[in-house]
Amino acid sequence: MEETIFKRWSRELTIAGAIVLFLLPLIGIPGKTYITLTIAGLAMGMLLFLVASGVSIIFGLMDVLNFAHGALFAWGAYVGFTVFGYLMKWVEADSVLQNFAAFSLAIVAAMVVVALVGIVLERVIVRRVYGSHLFQILITFGATIVLVELIRVFWGPNDEVMTVPLTFSRNWDIMDVIINRYRVICIVVGLVVYGVIQLILKKTKLGMIVRAGVEDRDMVQAMGHNIFLLFTGVFAAGAALAALGGLAMSIFSLQVYPDMGGSFLLFAFIVVIIGGLGSITGSLVGALIVGLTYNYVAYLVPWAAAGANIMIMIIILLIRPTGLFSVGK
Amino acid sequence: MSEPILKVEDVHAFIGKHHILQGVTFDAKADAVTVLIGRNGAGKSTVIRTVMGLIPSSKGKIVYKGSEIHKKKPYEIARMGIGFVPENMGIFAGLTVEENMRVAMLVEDEATTQRLERALDMFADLRKFWKGKAGNLSGGQKQMLAIARAIVNDTALLLIDEPSKGLAPIIVDAVIEAINQIKDHSVVVLVEQNFYMASSVGDYFYIMDDGMVVLSGVMEALVRDEELKSKYLGISKSGD
Ligand SMILES: Nc1ncnc2c1ncn2[C@@H]1O[C@H](COP(=O)(O)OP(=O)(O)O)[C@@H](O)[C@H]1O
Ligand SMILES: [Mg+2]
Repeated sequence: MEETIFKRWSRELTIAGAIVLFLLPLIGIPGKTYITLTIAGLAMGMLLFLVASGVSIIFGLMDVLNFAHGALFAWGAYVGFTVFGYLMKWVEADSVLQNFAAFSLAIVAAMVVVALVGIVLERVIVRRVYGSHLFQILITFGATIVLVELIRVFWGPNDEVMTVPLTFSRNWDIMDVIINRYRVICIVVGLVVYGVIQLILKKTKLGMIVRAGVEDRDMVQAMGHNIFLLFTGVFAAGAALAALGGLAMSIFSLQVYPDMGGSFLLFAFIVVIIGGLGSITGSLVGALIVGLTYNYVAYLVPWAAAGANIMIMIIILLIRPTGLFSVGK
Repeated sequence: MSEPILKVEDVHAFIGKHHILQGVTFDAKADAVTVLIGRNGAGKSTVIRTVMGLIPSSKGKIVYKGSEIHKKKPYEIARMGIGFVPENMGIFAGLTVEENMRVAMLVEDEATTQRLERALDMFADLRKFWKGKAGNLSGGQKQMLAIARAIVNDTALLLIDEPSKGLAPIIVDAVIEAINQIKDHSVVVLVEQNFYMASSVGDYFYIMDDGMVVLSGVMEALVRDEELKSKYLGISKSGD
């Protein structure tokens, strides 16, 4: 990542500008509401991060545009929904411990099942279209249709109500500021995932090989590393993160439905483009920008919420065409 | 005379629709440095990348230590003991020097650690910038890192593509020195345009043109033959 001084400064300026921009809504929003909106925005941002980080690293390492990520997201939500169904006693219990047990089991099940789906997807379909973005888009769209149809077959075509674990649904009232607990949980989960990914990428040999592969796949292969095994593993990890995102989102929005991945994937792609393809930190920053913007704008000018993010994406692309944290190829 | 460690026999290769290698034949003898020479675009890098498995061969045979490798994947070929220093050096710029070395180390046992020490003794700058980003190294230091990565494993054959490219003469001398040390441990196939370097380290030469070998022989003979040099290499005076 050879950066000129100008580039480095442009990143710092962009970040400083972003902070100013995010304090700006305080002019139009009462302070307490601003805090509530900020927490909602951070929570939404973290969910976006879970999905976007997978899209980003899969593109960075494998040069694969995976549009099936939205369907994997929905699969995660449905697997979690099923686990909640079995553990409804714990979900509805007035016990933090039992709620967390149900939540954790649902997360593990969703991540494991969807990672397996991801492995099949990569081995059977994606592997055939390495090197061609057009085929990747077509074939992963095709896979999306199949995966969403399978949801209709296994779980039925209708929307279902997702239950929030009882104690998660309550609010904290800190000096008259209402803070929803589940949103705080989402923020913590996102931060933990970010920390674990960074730890793996920076401190383990496997992580080093993945980072090296993002820069130069051929060289990593020529050093004796089985890049295809690495691809499958990273694809599975990305799928598991999408599943976690989908499950967390379904609890957030209190519902699951077969097409739920579609609109979320659009936001995830905006995040990845803002943050820079291949960068995990970029995905986090991009996701928080999108989540916060969405919530502030939705409060101030409800009809402009989605458009505002596309505007931000365009502005950032004009300043830094490769996104905020681009990884050198 | 011992059996060559690498035999390339009538190898053809395409890049896209272009028929780049049109039947390349050469071998690399044990305990020697074999140099591929030839003008830009002759296909030298393509040969090396094809041996490494990075470009598929459409016809012909590549035999390494008695087994055919032309259908194998690059990582399998590397694991058989072939090290590779590509033309662009293939440095992982965002990784530190240490991380670059660790990615290269297939196992981190004692023998590998010893080879690492040997490489770092050879290229002291790498030790100096051990924790620094590889992208911040100078061109010469990057070349040293690229070579160090390739010799840290137990490699029997080393493929090095134009290591002198873009380097200052004094650094070229350091690279020559390094290759002269390396050839005690490993057979070297070197692509080189710089005739000074090619003749300083090479034992055998192959001249390539238009995706084929057009002439081969013992390096000493080429050094002495002004006519051949001017015909194939555009060199009018002996290059030292
Ligand atoms: N990626 C590529 N796409 C198209 N043509 C290529 C590509 N790489 C190399 N070539 C062509 O292959 C021929 C041989 O290239 P190369 O092996 O790099 O030559 P050398 O290393 O001898 O300079 C050249 O004519 C070059 O234009
Ligand atoms: Mg070349």
